[in-house]
Amino acid sequence: MKGLLANYEEAAAIILFCIGFSTLLFHRNMLKKIIGLNIMDTGLYLFLASMGYIDGARAPILTDVNAINMADYINPVPSALVLTGIVVSVSVTAITLSLTVRLYSKYRTLNLDEIYAIARRTEKEEF
Amino acid sequence: MDFICNFPFFSIVLCLLSAVVCSVLSGKAARRLTLCVEFVLVCLALTLLVYTVRTGESFNYTMGHVGAPWGNELRIGVLEALMASAFMIVLFASVLGGGTYIVRDITEKKRNLYYILLNLMGAALSALVYTNDIFTGYVFLEILTLTSGGILMIKSTGKTTLAATRYLIINLLGSGLFLLGVILMYDLTGHLLMEFMHGTVSELEATGEYAMPLRVTTGLICAGLSIKSGLFPFHRWMPDTYGNATPTSASLLSGVVSKGYIFLLIKILYRVIGTDSPAVGAAQNVLFVFGLCGIIMGSVSALRQESVNRMIAYSSAAQIGYIFVGIGLGGHMGFCAAIFHILTHAVTKPLLFLSAAKLTEASGGSPVFSNLTGAARRAPFSAFMFTVGALSMVGFPAFAGFISKLFFSVAAVTHSSAQSVVTLCVLAVSTLLNAFYFFRTVIRIYTPSEDVSPLVYKDWGFMVSSSLFLILNLVFGLWSQSIYRIIVSGLRMLA
Repeated sequence: MKGLLANYEEAAAIILFCIGFSTLLFHRNMLKKIIGLNIMDTGLYLFLASMGYIDGARAPILTDVNAINMADYINPVPSALVLTGIVVSVSVTAITLSLTVRLYSKYRTLNLDEIYAIARRTEKEEF
Repeated sequence: MDFICNFPFFSIVLCLLSAVVCSVLSGKAARRLTLCVEFVLVCLALTLLVYTVRTGESFNYTMGHVGAPWGNELRIGVLEALMASAFMIVLFASVLGGGTYIVRDITEKKRNLYYILLNLMGAALSALVYTNDIFTGYVFLEILTLTSGGILMIKSTGKTTLAATRYLIINLLGSGLFLLGVILMYDLTGHLLMEFMHGTVSELEATGEYAMPLRVTTGLICAGLSIKSGLFPFHRWMPDTYGNATPTSASLLSGVVSKGYIFLLIKILYRVIGTDSPAVGAAQNVLFVFGLCGIIMGSVSALRQESVNRMIAYSSAAQIGYIFVGIGLGGHMGFCAAIFHILTHAVTKPLLFLSAAKLTEASGGSPVFSNLTGAARRAPFSAFMFTVGALSMVGFPAFAGFISKLFFSVAAVTHSSAQSVVTLCVLAVSTLLNAFYFFRTVIRIYTPSEDVSPLVYKDWGFMVSSSLFLILNLVFGLWSQSIYRIIVSGLRMLA
């Protein structure tokens, strides 16, 4: 319990991840699935960024080369990874949104169960 | 450093460049360029394979000017070169063989986009196989997922859109878990390059610190990658996806993309965590059980299908199960069997998908079994190739499938008693089921029927590519000892 309180950022990040993951897995509405995907990824980035942060330290931008004290700066690698990750999740979101648009224009609904039902019905008619 | 050491980097950049060029070309020109580039990739990968086998050691290639432990690296050993060669050959042959269907399924305006996606897929695959940096692995994993979603949804019917949605959702769940695993691993070790991560992991194991987080991380990585590759019970997207996509996409997804994920998993197990770690042992037991379930469920479901495409798709689910059983058995022979089966399946499934598409086309376009009666009269060459693929999948001697089943049995026998008995029983049952559903199809297509109107045109692309797959099948089946030696030395280099 003590550990959880001390690392409240990481705990919150994991809770966000779980919320997003279960939304992406269980929700039947496409748009809510995509929102879940974004919550999941954001949770991960929060986790990564908070792990790389050091209390009281600054961003590693060197102004005076002669007076470098490593303890003054945070680890820049997690921030760079977060940036890369954001790019990935933006493109994934874009492609799932475009799929959703297509599904809606074909089936006139965003609910996946209904879409499956319609698809099955049309398949039976074809045979 | 020899000039050859630049080849992995060349193959990634060449794909990216040709993807850019394809965006301004017509569909036909884009196809020619893509085929040329893929042929060059095959040559580059084969050269690397010969080079690494001859020198007998792996090499690291630094990307940019920042060296280890901070910079980004590629790493090429025998196994990476072998995998890259196999994947590139399958990529080349699937694109060559499915040409007529790409024209049929994809509108003129979008055809060059399809080749852009294929080029990006080539880049993602090469990077995934060669990378030594786990986060680069994640990024290219996502690119691979996106491109494979793209080659599914480009045939814009309702069914393929639905299948692509399902595929992407399952894959994104897997990516989320994998990314969490990678982040935790980075937090535990403080490194992104595989050998440095391994150094810290073995220190942690020696002191016994962070045993639980290590176990969780290993579990997350295994879960993420096995969900992405379609291990039971996450195989339900396969039939819809493979059944409705254009044949080239289906063969690439089953032959190459899911294998890319599995190879990354093997690489992480060997190079980051270490196969002798207790965390890996626990994960292997879980993978083993799910693999066995996958074999049985996949084969039983394949039996119950009414169309040939869906049958082959469920058979893919069963083959993924085999590979995970190999990983789950572990040890030297288990991993060998898993890798050999990756190769076998990669050169057999595309052959089945492409020839089934030809048979379907010759029988009026519907893939249901009742329609395929006597298809061998209408398309004799494709029927022959389908039979070859079926024999190999069932495990007929002289074909690759026989050798991989042999390796699995050897791996099972050399293992502890409980697991070995279960594995041998499942192998026997599944071979029987395989034989049943494949030969049922083969007998059906060779049953004489009234309606004989042969396919009139000659599809040279299909002939060349299916002959290539046939030759590879025979090579893996007849010269298995040398392939085995290559895999063994590759695994030794990985560790």
